[in-house]
Amino acid sequence: MQITRRGLIGSAALAATAMPGRARAQASVIKIGVMNDGSGPYRDIGGQLSVNAVRVAVQDFGDPGLQVEVVYADHQNKPDVGVGIARQWIDRDGVDLIVDVPTSSVGLAVNSVVREKNRVYINTGAATADLTGSACTPNTIHWAYDTYMLAKSTGGAMVKAGGDTWYFVTADYVFGQQLQRDTTAFVTSNGGKVLGSSLYPFPGTTDFSSFLVSAQASGAKVLGLANAGADTVNSIKQAAEFGLTRNMKVAALLMFLGDVHGLGLEAAQGLFLTESFYWDMNDRTRAFTERFRKLMPNQRPNMTNAGCYSGALHFLRVLKDMGVAAKSDGAAVVARMKAMPAEDDAYGTTTIRQDGLALVPAYLFQVKKTSESKGPWDYYNLIATTPPDQAWRPLSEGGCSLVRA
Amino acid sequence: MFTIFGVPGPLLFGQLLLGLINGAFYALLSLGLAVIFGMLNIINFAHGALFMLGAFVAWMLLTPNTWLAMINPAYQVPDWLSLGYWPALIVAPLIVGAFGLLLERTIISRLYKLDHLYGLLLTFGLALIIEGLARNAFGSSGMPYRIPPELSGATDLGFMFMPNYRGWVVVAAVIVCLATWLIIEKTQLGARLRAATENAPLVQAFGVNVPRMVSLTYAGGIALAAFAGVLAAPIYSVNPNMGSSFIITVFAVVVIGGMGSILGSIVTGFGLGIVEGLTKVFYPQASATVIFVVMVVVLLVRPAGLFGKAA
Repeated sequence: MQITRRGLIGSAALAATAMPGRARAQASVIKIGVMNDGSGPYRDIGGQLSVNAVRVAVQDFGDPGLQVEVVYADHQNKPDVGVGIARQWIDRDGVDLIVDVPTSSVGLAVNSVVREKNRVYINTGAATADLTGSACTPNTIHWAYDTYMLAKSTGGAMVKAGGDTWYFVTADYVFGQQLQRDTTAFVTSNGGKVLGSSLYPFPGTTDFSSFLVSAQASGAKVLGLANAGADTVNSIKQAAEFGLTRNMKVAALLMFLGDVHGLGLEAAQGLFLTESFYWDMNDRTRAFTERFRKLMPNQRPNMTNAGCYSGALHFLRVLKDMGVAAKSDGAAVVARMKAMPAEDDAYGTTTIRQDGLALVPAYLFQVKKTSESKGPWDYYNLIATTPPDQAWRPLSEGGCSLVRA
Repeated sequence: MFTIFGVPGPLLFGQLLLGLINGAFYALLSLGLAVIFGMLNIINFAHGALFMLGAFVAWMLLTPNTWLAMINPAYQVPDWLSLGYWPALIVAPLIVGAFGLLLERTIISRLYKLDHLYGLLLTFGLALIIEGLARNAFGSSGMPYRIPPELSGATDLGFMFMPNYRGWVVVAAVIVCLATWLIIEKTQLGARLRAATENAPLVQAFGVNVPRMVSLTYAGGIALAAFAGVLAAPIYSVNPNMGSSFIITVFAVVVIGGMGSILGSIVTGFGLGIVEGLTKVFYPQASATVIFVVMVVVLLVRPAGLFGKAA
């Protein structure tokens, strides 16, 4: 086909007249934006896994009357990049719900943008307990885990098992600092002692040997890793290399199924960790995992992905209940999400507290020995379950302004 | 147990040793950069990417079937074609060096007559392209590379538990650095190289093929980076970002040592590794910054660098 000037002008005119029609059609589309780390140390926790989880939610929601679109962006673990994406998504692209957003510094920055624009924010990737504490907003729900719950479950269990002296290797930003602070509180209140810590620069640290050698020299019984993702994997690998595991126990305060997979069972076996979701827990979680695997056959969802699924599904159901027009008032949608319990295969029945915290149980797992595991992804033994009413920071202690005394 | 500034002695020795290991990588990388800058006048920003490529080539040599299957599950080669760590230590630098030669001949050689800035921009762009392609092909979380069985395990040094492999890294780096220095300072080839750096047309008039020498120098510098990459593979998991996390520090090392100074880059490489190691004991938060603080101080006091000649 030859492109003529007349043809070009004609098609441009056609496109111009078609434009308003498209813009009108967009108004009834519900848009979900998945934002996370697409290329850095946390890529294999959320990344495309979370996008896939949201796709499963859209599919399970399955209402042909409502058109749902899923978009994705990489925030590169930089708060300014995250804020830029959030503004563009809401102002220009009409995104109604932002999910995932790991890396506490970015998670908190996006939190204020969503509040300012009055949309909905379901964070399942950032650990900071401030999202439902001092930084809580009427537009935010925090799902899956936070620093308090991790500290209580893993930290508490380690101290009870005799690990009463600790040394922390901590990612030097809001997440690592809070995780260390919260774990320290549980260690000391259970009669333990913290002998020291190394705060390392994040992101960009790949060699942890110096910090590990300092940890070893401290004489502590427990090495507390207040980090996540590739950092945790590297720390554990190098701890074994430097012989720390001979006389110290490793507490990976935040570790996901994919990290265990990346580390390999030989290096990971025996580790204690806390997640609020495990794919092989019961028939419903396995059914969800089967649907998840339709698009990603070689992966299994972790608690962050499961949170994206449950949160997005709950949002869609509530929005359908209220009518799509309600999406312009994010705070009202979130208020209804809190009033109505969520029900899905990944988390069962979940209620959301006044401060925006989704009350899910905390499971303490121990990584299986190589001899116990039946194959890839068969990794966890359930050790203890903390029920939702005890797993999380009490409502009155968070300092959230939404909580009426 | 004795203490130094409140830090137990054994801990301090341990950290000094670890600093030396990091310093080994700084020295190897900055040495290649210094050779290339001295000869070609090119600030080779692609150095980190080629270091990463060295590690990836070693990984690809070890597990040919894994990545061939990524392209097409039908592509398979017999197991005896997979090359272990020791052959890779030689083969990977040769392959990456040949790639460097190709880059120099086809692209970089066109910029010699232009300002430094163009070379910097070009090589920076090349680095972004190489890293982007690697990230696309292999993802960013990295491929595991096992420590060769001869060097696995660790030795109890009394003051610390030293993985054997890391000890080997220091030894290998010192040997290669010394060999490079000897070649450049003590052999006829080195004499020609240095002469060509001073006055290329004159050396060419004596019948030396200067353009070929320049190309081979670039390839040699790249091979050094790839060698460091293979050494690094078992320590850091093989991932597309491993180069960029090193390269900025390495540039600071080159600037501190003096641009183009061979001995300067080796000595400052090891020296700054130790400074960084000490910082990790006394104030870990600053460990990423301390090298740049040193750089600022050195530039203020000696703008040409510690070993550089003032222009």
